[in-house]
Amino acid sequence: MPGASGKANAYPLGINPAFLLAAVFLIAYPLFASDFFTFQIGAYSLILGTIALSLTMLAGYGGMVSIAQMTVAGFAAYIMAILGTNSVGVMGLGWPWWLTAVLAILGAALLSTFIGAIAARTEGIYTIMITLAIAVAFFYFVRQNYQIFNGFTGFAGIKPPTLFGVYWRDPTPFYYLTLAIAAFFYFAVLYGARSSFGLGLQAVRDNPRRVRALGINVFLHRVVAYFYAGIIAGTAGVLLVWFNGRVSPGIVGVDMAIDILVIAVVGGMRAPIGPFLGAIAFVLLENFAIDLIDRERFNTVIGLAFLLVVLFSPDGLLGIWRRMESRIRLPRANVRWGGRANRGDWHPAGSPERT
Amino acid sequence: MLKIAGKTLLAAAVLALASPAAAQDTIKMGGLATLEGAFAAPGQDSIRGIRMALEEHKYTAGGKKIELITGSSDASPASAIRATRKLVEQDGVKVMIGPLSGSEGLAVKDYAKTQPNVTFINGTSAAQDTTLRNPAPNFFRFSTEGAQWMAGLGEYAYKVKKYRKVAVLAEDYSFPYTQVFGFLEPFCRLGGKAPVDARFWVPIGNKDYSSVIAALPDDVDAIYVALGGADAINFLSQYQQAGGELPLIAGSITVDQTVLGSKGKIRKTVIGTPSAGPISDTWDDPRWKAFVAQYKKMFAGKGGFPSPSLFAHGYYINTKAALLALDKVKGDLSDGGKKFRAALSSLKFETPTGMVSLDERRNAIADIFLTEVVEGPDGNLVNKTIKVVSQVSQTFGVPYKEFLKYGQVSRTNPPCK
Amino acid sequence: MQRRTILILGIVLLTAALLWMIFAVWPGWLIDAIGRKKTFVNTLLNGITLGGLYFLVASGFTLVFGLMRNVNLAHGSMYLLGGYIGYEVAEATGNWFFGLAVAFLVIAVSGIALQVAIFRRMQGDELRQTLVTIGISIIAADLMLAVWTGTTYQFDTPEALYGAVVLPVISVIKSSGAPVFIKYPMYRLAVLGVAAVVGIGLWLFLNRTRIGMMIRAGVNDREMLAASGVNVHFIFALVFAIGAGLAGFAGVVGGTALSIAPGEDIRYLLASLVVVIVGGLGSVTGAAIGALLIGLAEQFGLAYFPTYGVVLTFLIMVGVLAIRPQGIMGTR
Repeated sequence: MPGASGKANAYPLGINPAFLLAAVFLIAYPLFASDFFTFQIGAYSLILGTIALSLTMLAGYGGMVSIAQMTVAGFAAYIMAILGTNSVGVMGLGWPWWLTAVLAILGAALLSTFIGAIAARTEGIYTIMITLAIAVAFFYFVRQNYQIFNGFTGFAGIKPPTLFGVYWRDPTPFYYLTLAIAAFFYFAVLYGARSSFGLGLQAVRDNPRRVRALGINVFLHRVVAYFYAGIIAGTAGVLLVWFNGRVSPGIVGVDMAIDILVIAVVGGMRAPIGPFLGAIAFVLLENFAIDLIDRERFNTVIGLAFLLVVLFSPDGLLGIWRRMESRIRLPRANVRWGGRANRGDWHPAGSPERT
Repeated sequence: MLKIAGKTLLAAAVLALASPAAAQDTIKMGGLATLEGAFAAPGQDSIRGIRMALEEHKYTAGGKKIELITGSSDASPASAIRATRKLVEQDGVKVMIGPLSGSEGLAVKDYAKTQPNVTFINGTSAAQDTTLRNPAPNFFRFSTEGAQWMAGLGEYAYKVKKYRKVAVLAEDYSFPYTQVFGFLEPFCRLGGKAPVDARFWVPIGNKDYSSVIAALPDDVDAIYVALGGADAINFLSQYQQAGGELPLIAGSITVDQTVLGSKGKIRKTVIGTPSAGPISDTWDDPRWKAFVAQYKKMFAGKGGFPSPSLFAHGYYINTKAALLALDKVKGDLSDGGKKFRAALSSLKFETPTGMVSLDERRNAIADIFLTEVVEGPDGNLVNKTIKVVSQVSQTFGVPYKEFLKYGQVSRTNPPCK
Repeated sequence: MQRRTILILGIVLLTAALLWMIFAVWPGWLIDAIGRKKTFVNTLLNGITLGGLYFLVASGFTLVFGLMRNVNLAHGSMYLLGGYIGYEVAEATGNWFFGLAVAFLVIAVSGIALQVAIFRRMQGDELRQTLVTIGISIIAADLMLAVWTGTTYQFDTPEALYGAVVLPVISVIKSSGAPVFIKYPMYRLAVLGVAAVVGIGLWLFLNRTRIGMMIRAGVNDREMLAASGVNVHFIFALVFAIGAGLAGFAGVVGGTALSIAPGEDIRYLLASLVVVIVGGLGSVTGAAIGALLIGLAEQFGLAYFPTYGVVLTFLIMVGVLAIRPQGIMGTR
């Protein structure tokens, strides 16, 4: 996992051995893991990680913490049920899977752009408040609307296609599907950060006023970032509805929205690997906490982990990892992670302007 | 956190390797309830119900030890599926008890179809379609559902209370739809009216009913109210405070003990309100009394309610059925549970609330209690049993094909013009 | 000037129409168009009183933000905790007003603790403060669930405030010629009164006292205020105490009007968020306007189109944001 600014050449062949090891592990994972671990732990972590990745991209590179990323993913999931096939008998227009999937992702991206257009007019903490309000509004809307979204009940019986003789809901194929998509977006964000758009976005994050003075359209940069984030979250939303086989308002509720924030923050927002680490930790806890502690207080555990991370390790698990690593190999680690400017203040842009 | 996760992974890997060999003399039973979130209290009572049945059988059935593994959801179908999948695919349970709420039940039924060798028995989920339409061959419900719970109430309102026109106030989701359907179907067939524009569907969790109360029509004989828990308490006390004077008819969870025992000023409003449901707290029957005594013995002072809730009751009955059927097949699940499921299908047994058996879609035929709120001897509000409606089936005795023509429950079914 | 005249004329006309709708006996065509007068007047009053309750919660939120740029997303938890504490005290002492006072004080102290332990240490790092308060609210919600379970609590309304009063507003004239007057719960009128008193009190405090002057100076320019020798820490803690205390106070007031149960924390947090986004962050007047708008929207939505009533609130928010991103009374 090289840093975003990529001084990765220090390793033989230009590849970090830890990265190679991780890749081999991820590809070989279904060979030794049970179906349950492949599907419910592996694939689900990758899906949640991808949704959280879209937040990491917005927050880490763009300085915009959007609570509505789960809403965007959920919207894609709903489109899959509405335009595709479901077993509920409401909507389900029966369009072919590839068309619905493309439309779902585009629809999610448009919703994300719309949210961005509202939120990006304001700055800093306003973004959290507005996206939170939008997320809740969307939740209420789908819960009350029976004509299109089938209200409280939602939709069931949404299946991925059988393609090349493979049923893509089977654990191993589904795992590889999610892995491929997650890896694609991981690299897209990693390298996109070095593109002129990515650099521009980071500049907007660090000092919007200066960027504006340079003649760059700050608002447009932000909205385009929301569009990209919408594509990531929307694609993950399609995977999510295939994973669950169903979609109902709970999926876009406040709890889930906050869970995504927890995953992104606990994992670490400094690099695109963070949200995946966070998702793995979250999914493992969600599944096995009941065997270790009293499940009743699950939210206290999650909340405490979140609070501790925010208080003591703003870079999340990633930050802990980095500190351990830098203790072992001090000089190189510093070079690798110092690439991004303004290490200390990862708060969003705009605060200097507002005070 | 990473450390915990690592440990878990290790533990889980060990378990995954060890599980096939160890399961010779024990049968793993999964219990799924909502142990987190706002439904945690009913979820805990559900687990109490399971434990009562297991205790009665000394944790053995058919000569094998029963090992209970609990799972938790937050009442959303997605989380119910994840917890069920973990219990079935990771922990290797062969018999599942649960879930608690309606939409979870529908989700678990769908999942059951993908696990033909595991037997799923309901907890208290009470959606009609879990067994009525596209039932799963390995999903059983020994507890009754939301429409059945209303049995006898429509006739009672029309014939005894002589109501001819009612307004409806209910939460806007499938469980109240089912209850409204169960109440209105007989009421309207007898000639009662409940126009669609006099039905008020409020979002679940709404707290402020004052404007809804103002909008309720005056030209009706009574209001049928299907709200649960906090929503019910809010409505009832606000209705009393606003000086509302129409008599009420209540859904199964609108005037239960949690509502009647609350601190709200609802006395004037609720006294005389008829309701119906699968249990009646004050039923004067030795079987029920023994059940309550056992519940109190096990859980009084340990977090239990003053009297078992319908959640404890439903989970108890379903667990009990599983244990009785396991006894019958001598704990033999080696054929993927085929014999076990056959035994369940033909099971007929005595419960604290009367005889229970299954119809051909594996839904319970059981007794339903018609009750009315009265002031108890020590001044507290209790539900008095008026009538036991015996052996209510899911189709209310109408042939299955005929019953399907009534259509799915919804805001406007039955139209009742 | 031209625009202003039109605006004032519009407001006068609207007020006149509203007054006529409240006091006149409705003609048949109006009833046919929008239903009974009783529903309308009751809904209007409900909207205004709910707005009063929202104002109590949101004014603290906006005050804290206005001075310190702290977004306290644990504000809803403070509302709920205030409700629970007030309930316990009122139960133990049998005095509702005592419960109200203790809730205010305890939550005010917890607000100071939060300010000293969290916000002071992270001054300037807004996002981190916000995330910390999210973490606190997750834990607080779960711990409150552990202590007070999922049960719904309702206060014993003080006798003096219980029951319905007859308003001098005629609903319909019966065929016999006797007028039917509209009844309205006493307590809800009291909520409105309390909100008005708190609003006016806050205004006087901010505009007519020395400390209020300092606070307003701090809102405009924190550094200058500190530089001119004022103990900023004291001012900050005081504002935080008032803001938090108001949330606890509102917990008892709102818990008595409605009830307290898990989930109310998020509800009132969201109400506060929407109110201050619409009204403008940092402005107490804005909070009053926003609260009134949102309260009315919610109640009219519930009475006239219950299915989508909740969404109406958020449409207002999006609409305001599209036209005035800083909110109605907000300043850039």
